[in-house]
Amino acid sequence: MTISIASSASVLAAEDGPSPLLPHTSELIVGLVAFALLFFFLRAKVYPIFEKTYAERAAAIQGGAKKAEEAQAEAQHLLEEYRAQLADARSEAARIREDAKQQGAAIIAQAREDAETEAKRVAARAEAQLQAEREQVLRELRGEVGTLATTLAGKVVGESLQDDDRSRRVVERFLTDLETAQASDAATPASGDA
Amino acid sequence: MAESGFHSPGPADFDFPPLFGEGTFFTKPMLIVVLGTIAVGAFFYFAARRSTLVPGKLQFAGEAVYGFIRDGVARDTIGREGIKYVPYLVTVFSFLAVLNLSGIIPVLQLPATSKIAIPLFLAVISWIIYNYVGIKRQGFGGYFKNMMFPPGVPKAIYPLLAPLEFFSTFLVRPVTLTLRLTFNMFAGHLVLLLTILGGEYLLFEYQGVAGIAAGSVSILFSIVLTFFEGFVQILQAYVFVLLSAIYIGGALSHEH
Repeated sequence: MTISIASSASVLAAEDGPSPLLPHTSELIVGLVAFALLFFFLRAKVYPIFEKTYAERAAAIQGGAKKAEEAQAEAQHLLEEYRAQLADARSEAARIREDAKQQGAAIIAQAREDAETEAKRVAARAEAQLQAEREQVLRELRGEVGTLATTLAGKVVGESLQDDDRSRRVVERFLTDLETAQASDAATPASGDA
Repeated sequence: MAESGFHSPGPADFDFPPLFGEGTFFTKPMLIVVLGTIAVGAFFYFAARRSTLVPGKLQFAGEAVYGFIRDGVARDTIGREGIKYVPYLVTVFSFLAVLNLSGIIPVLQLPATSKIAIPLFLAVISWIIYNYVGIKRQGFGGYFKNMMFPPGVPKAIYPLLAPLEFFSTFLVRPVTLTLRLTFNMFAGHLVLLLTILGGEYLLFEYQGVAGIAAGSVSILFSIVLTFFEGFVQILQAYVFVLLSAIYIGGALSHEH
């Protein structure tokens, strides 16, 4: 291979001009110097800027993506929080409603009980009052009936019945008899009914 | 072509006299090298100046070239470590692309890389880099051992393989790097010269309808070829850089 290259080179060189396979020393030097200057210039002034821009751009893009991700995560978090709060509120409302229902029922029961007690109490008092009034009326009536009867008897007899004590005793006995007779009368039909 | 008076273009067309008279050394290819170097430097300098997060047109163009080699060549063929070699690879690519393209740039119209000196010194630099990083990474003995006796190959093949690998790494690689680029440019330039000068000769010197017809075809063909040459010139710069990156990557990763 090297032999063929060398031979073709010598042929070309023989035909016309210098061989294209032989580097010109001055071209070599000029090219090398130019390339070296270009390389060091670009490495110092250009490539670091490109790399920096690349890095900044990547950071900007990644930063943007990260920011969006964070925002999304926060939104999700908030949504869950709201949902939890809503569920809490719902259960709270249900609980309050239940409480209210129970309390309402309790209040009604209490009121009913109170009303019943009050009614009983009122009835009892009325009864007692009636009883007392009746007794009082009876007592008064008894006294008056005695006096009237004595007076009436005195007029009928034609003389005054002086002895008040005795006449009062008579009246008392009469009235007591009457009462017992009444009581036995009242008791008989009741027992007969039963 | 063998008609009287037409001198077909040959290697002599690549021999330029000094620009500033006898005794000076500065020739047209050197002028192209200097202009091309300044053009590349200026392009990148203005692309990187006032660099912003959202690039302008020029910055985008500069970053596109840089990113193409950085991500498409260094990272893909060398890997994570490739970032260290990006400055060299990008500089070689843009330097070679511009010096190749000088072949179809009006007025210049000579690919400076068709002069063997330019590809040669770049191939030598690549050769030094990949051998240096290989020896640095694997040790002197390890580098040669891994290169000449790669693991996973039947032992019986080593007598055949070892000299071939040695020969390939130390001689064939730099030589092919140099010759591939030089003679792609050399031959491309010759073909363009032939179609243009031949067409011109047929049109103006060769009398008759046949001459005008053939000359027109030749000139039209030269235009098509110019576009094709532009493609080849970019492609060859890329191939040179890609192969350099592959050699560096191979020297770095032979151990596993």
